[in-house]
Amino acid sequence: MHELSLVLSIVETVTDSLTAYPAARVLEVRLRVGALAAVEEEALQFCYGMASEGAALAGSRLVVQRLPVVLHCAACAQDVELDGVQSFHCPRCGGAEVEMKQGKELEIDSIELDDGETNPGETPEALVELDGLPNSTQAPSS
Amino acid sequence: MTTRIVELRRGILKKNDELAAELRQRFNAAGVLVLNLVSSPGTGKTAFLERTLRELLDCGWRAAALVGDLETDNDARRLASSGAPVRQINTHGICHLDAEMIGKHLNAWEKCEEAGNEGTREQGNEGLGTERLGNRGRGPNETGIRVSLSDLDFLFIENVGNLVCPSSYDLGEKIRVALLSVTEGEDKPLKYPTLFNSADAAVITKMDIAEPCGFDRTTALANIDEIRPGIKIFETSAKSGAGMEEWLAYLEEERKRQGKSL
Repeated sequence: MHELSLVLSIVETVTDSLTAYPAARVLEVRLRVGALAAVEEEALQFCYGMASEGAALAGSRLVVQRLPVVLHCAACAQDVELDGVQSFHCPRCGGAEVEMKQGKELEIDSIELDDGETNPGETPEALVELDGLPNSTQAPSS
Repeated sequence: MTTRIVELRRGILKKNDELAAELRQRFNAAGVLVLNLVSSPGTGKTAFLERTLRELLDCGWRAAALVGDLETDNDARRLASSGAPVRQINTHGICHLDAEMIGKHLNAWEKCEEAGNEGTREQGNEGLGTERLGNRGRGPNETGIRVSLSDLDFLFIENVGNLVCPSSYDLGEKIRVALLSVTEGEDKPLKYPTLFNSADAAVITKMDIAEPCGFDRTTALANIDEIRPGIKIFETSAKSGAGMEEWLAYLEEERKRQGKSL
């Protein structure tokens, strides 16, 4: 569904985020896509190949992490992962009091950059905070 | 080479989600209950909505409708015969309504304006609905009709007939209604789980011809509930009026509940 317009949105968002890294080249764009997001990966990859040509995204990979549906069951008082998308009752107890915790995601999780610097002794920098979200403590590889 | 990982955590449809959130605030501030009707083409959304509008107006409620189609203003004309203010959104090829289209048309309605040719496929824009006047004279979008959200109890948005794409585009609605007719097969919810799981209520339409269609009511109800446990399901016929009383009671109850939360 609309893979091309989704990809164009991805390219625009990633390009905008690169203003802090003017010399950077994008190596990888990582998506989180829930099982209910109704996105076809092959179509996405095809469109990405075309849309990423040129400038900072050229040659970058699009990596899609598919997320299963996770429900929180009130009766079981725990989160339960679903095998598919054909039944949304709790698979453990059959209960109907469920809340979806995961499954509808359609988001850009992160991007991996080659920031163009050549100082191997440099301490890895902290990740950038964007959109007011808290920093992650994950250190990049070099 | 130094590599770094930059977290973005940004929704791909973030632009629509942000506009939808603004609409939702606007609807709440105006005290209007907004419903988004989604279904396949031919399910009977327009006939169902026409009957709904007539009955709401008969009870003294103030209701209006925005209706989306690729082409023609036929549906808006039919709905306007109910006496309710109705505005047609023509998408000229876009298979769903989005929050930007809704916002633009509501703004134009408040100013008695046409939405204008703000975006068409020829211009290469992602797509804004364009409003069209009917070929047979003045259409339901004629200028001079002003509709303000604060003057309404209900705003119905009849989406483009499509069970796939509308599921991803939040329009700021309070209630998303998935419609399914007795002619479509009982397994429709299983085939389109994303849409049916996103719904807050379901309506089975054309119940007056359920029997000749061999409609398996038990299976249909079970399948809808399987995809969206506990969802409210209404079985109606716009033609005979069957089930409309329960549907109207639900609308009134939801409207009163919204009024109390203001």
